[in-house]
Amino acid sequence: MSPSVSRRSFLARTGLIGCSLAASPLLTPVSFAAAPWDTRLVVIILRGGMDGLDVVRPYGDPAFRALRGDMSPGPEGGALDLDGRFALHPGLASLMPMWNAGQLGFVHAVSTPYRDKRSHFDGQDLLEAGTTSLNGARDGWLNRVLQVMPGVTSQTAYALGRSDMRLVQGSAEIANWSPNADLGISPQAVRLLEVVTERDPALHAALSEAQILSQVDDGDAEKLKGEHLEIASFAAARLSEDARIAAFSLNGWDTHAGQDRDIERALTRLADTLVMLRGKMRGDTWGKTAVIAMTEFGRTARPNGTRGTDHGTGGLMILAGGAIKGGRVYGQWPGLGDGDLYQERDLMPTGDVRAHAAWVMRGLTGLDRAALEGAVFPGLDMGYDPGLLL
Amino acid sequence: MLSGLTAPDVMAQTYPIESFRDFRSRMIEVRGQREIIRKNRGTDIAVDARKRRNVLNRIAREDMAVWVGHTMLRRAHTETAFRERIVAFWADHFTAIGKRGLIRRATSPYIEDAIRPFIAGRFEDLLVHAATHPLMVDYLDQRLSTGPNSERAQAAGNNRKIGLNENLARELLELHTLGVDGPYTQQDVTELAELLTGLTFDVQNGMKYQKRLAEPGAETVLGVTYSETASLKTVHTALKDLARHPATARHIATKLAVHFGHDTPDPDLIDAVETAFIDNDGALLPVYEALLSHPSVWSPDLSNIKPPIDFMSSALRALAVPPMAFADRKERWTRRLFMEPLFDMGQRWELPGGPDGWPEEDAAWITPQGIALRVSWAMGAPRRLMDPLPDPRDFVDHALGRFADEPVRFAAAAAETRPEAIGLVLMSPAFQRR
Repeated sequence: MSPSVSRRSFLARTGLIGCSLAASPLLTPVSFAAAPWDTRLVVIILRGGMDGLDVVRPYGDPAFRALRGDMSPGPEGGALDLDGRFALHPGLASLMPMWNAGQLGFVHAVSTPYRDKRSHFDGQDLLEAGTTSLNGARDGWLNRVLQVMPGVTSQTAYALGRSDMRLVQGSAEIANWSPNADLGISPQAVRLLEVVTERDPALHAALSEAQILSQVDDGDAEKLKGEHLEIASFAAARLSEDARIAAFSLNGWDTHAGQDRDIERALTRLADTLVMLRGKMRGDTWGKTAVIAMTEFGRTARPNGTRGTDHGTGGLMILAGGAIKGGRVYGQWPGLGDGDLYQERDLMPTGDVRAHAAWVMRGLTGLDRAALEGAVFPGLDMGYDPGLLL
Repeated sequence: MLSGLTAPDVMAQTYPIESFRDFRSRMIEVRGQREIIRKNRGTDIAVDARKRRNVLNRIAREDMAVWVGHTMLRRAHTETAFRERIVAFWADHFTAIGKRGLIRRATSPYIEDAIRPFIAGRFEDLLVHAATHPLMVDYLDQRLSTGPNSERAQAAGNNRKIGLNENLARELLELHTLGVDGPYTQQDVTELAELLTGLTFDVQNGMKYQKRLAEPGAETVLGVTYSETASLKTVHTALKDLARHPATARHIATKLAVHFGHDTPDPDLIDAVETAFIDNDGALLPVYEALLSHPSVWSPDLSNIKPPIDFMSSALRALAVPPMAFADRKERWTRRLFMEPLFDMGQRWELPGGPDGWPEEDAAWITPQGIALRVSWAMGAPRRLMDPLPDPRDFVDHALGRFADEPVRFAAAAAETRPEAIGLVLMSPAFQRR
């Protein structure tokens, strides 16, 4: 006797699907109850410590040239002037249309409360925990956002890529997906998997969802080059539907040597990611989106002996999306002159990245200040509203 | 089943893993090169030392891959399967991860020294060896914990970077002994942290007690006031008291019942294990006896999903992958075949997210991504480990025994290729769960 495959087999379903998770009977209707908020948040963790002074170059500060020598030239050396004070690294040239449309902005001289030991490990932990000290919460601040938001389902937020991000860890349910998890097996094997797991609802459901997610229609006929593009494409597809939050990491910012070459590579990946996100979002999704990209710390104001920079303190936050009020460089500029640097070596942090992230979330979701300063970023003083959103 | 635990540890002899003592000599060498680099900046001497340091790091990385293979082979070929499972259980209970530099590769050596030899003894000995081990001291920030009134703090004057660190004390109470619901307060955490001051390690000598770091005076933890004498003996006495605390018996019994039984275990099973723990002063063999002789552990229903490492190693066991398959393999082979897929399935080798170890609940493992990666591995890895693969129709019975059901027999026979057929058997609920 061969087991019947005539029931609602996931082969049949996935054959039909391709375009919508909503067609899956495995996901209960409540999964698709629209969240009470319609905006979109993308959080990108830039791992390794991005050199904010190289990405958005304060060429208008007279001390900058003296510190950097022939590294990080201003507009005369190919950087793209932003506002007469700051110039953009040419590696982000493809984002200039976004800047001109007011959909790209920056916050300079910001950091987490992390100081002095300058460890990636601890710096990223603190950035993702969103706490004031390392002995704080074990969960991540983005998970805590979901814990306090109403109407959150298991499909509201996606953590993408295979690195396990502390940012999303915690009691709220978050969907995980990595492009390399595509099943990529024969249709016959898929059909037989369905047979084999039919008596195990949990396994069966996970496999079905894997199969569906493998086929989320992001409009790509051929395979995209690079995990970051696959992630951006997937995120755009999900955010165009029921998802509200996506989070992932981009690595490669630890530029201790040969920074000219290495940071260009990382910046190109970041730019391509943002362009892909905007390009693949359907309808007016991009218009409702805020992207925040943050890093564990900035780098030294002076180059080191190997045409690179070492771990520093004050850094740069990047904002993008149709929901943000871009076209400007936010933040209180501390200056780079004598006595302006932190410990005479790093850009002095004048703002807390968490406060800016909190104001973005306040604007996007209406979450109240008490929740943001209590549950999400315990102990944070958000300060005045920098007006980052439209 | 348990008699094997007191027999010679054949697997450890056959597939050796370096002891932490030997691993430490690697750390000493790396430190030596670092010193040379520091003292000779900008010279060829520093360049050479940097090269030597990089070689030492690379060798440690490669050896770690060998230990991954040996851990898998032990699980695949042991005649005392319970030993490998209980070692993994305690290694997880006492999760420790090196923080930076070479010591990040030292988890297997730590398990080899501090866990494996003590699994059949008393819980208190296991606790003492794990909690005072250099890797745990490093991981839970005990290394620099200094009594606020210690000699060292007095000498440092106003240097604020010196002080008490509660991390190990808190996890000792919360995770290793009483459990998070246990009867302790912040005051107990602080007093235990003060009592632990002095416990540290250095690369040269390993675990060490330094009186200069110790907070003077007697501490009171859970109502017991300990000796004023700052010594390792006082630390051991306090740890042994924690090990014998009734809340510890309950906590350990619950964890064992969840791990070997079900996410929501039979309360009677917890009671039985707890009783055995208390009645035998934490002697572990009677505790295992109580666990394994309880009917609910042998219920005919499959329960917990195997975590990814267990899934892989049980696949190797079912396939009887020969040890030769692992011989002379490059690090990259181990990474591709085991470490990267484990990462993708959610269980990065020896890197759980925190000191609380890997999650027990099935929901943590049965995710679309995790299961998709199991499918890829089940269908892709076996053929890279052995040729020819077994006949899938025989493999069904061999791998699943009495749990071989009609759907999986059908699938094994109907698959287009042998690797897919093997993969289907490995993906069956009967294989994924235990």
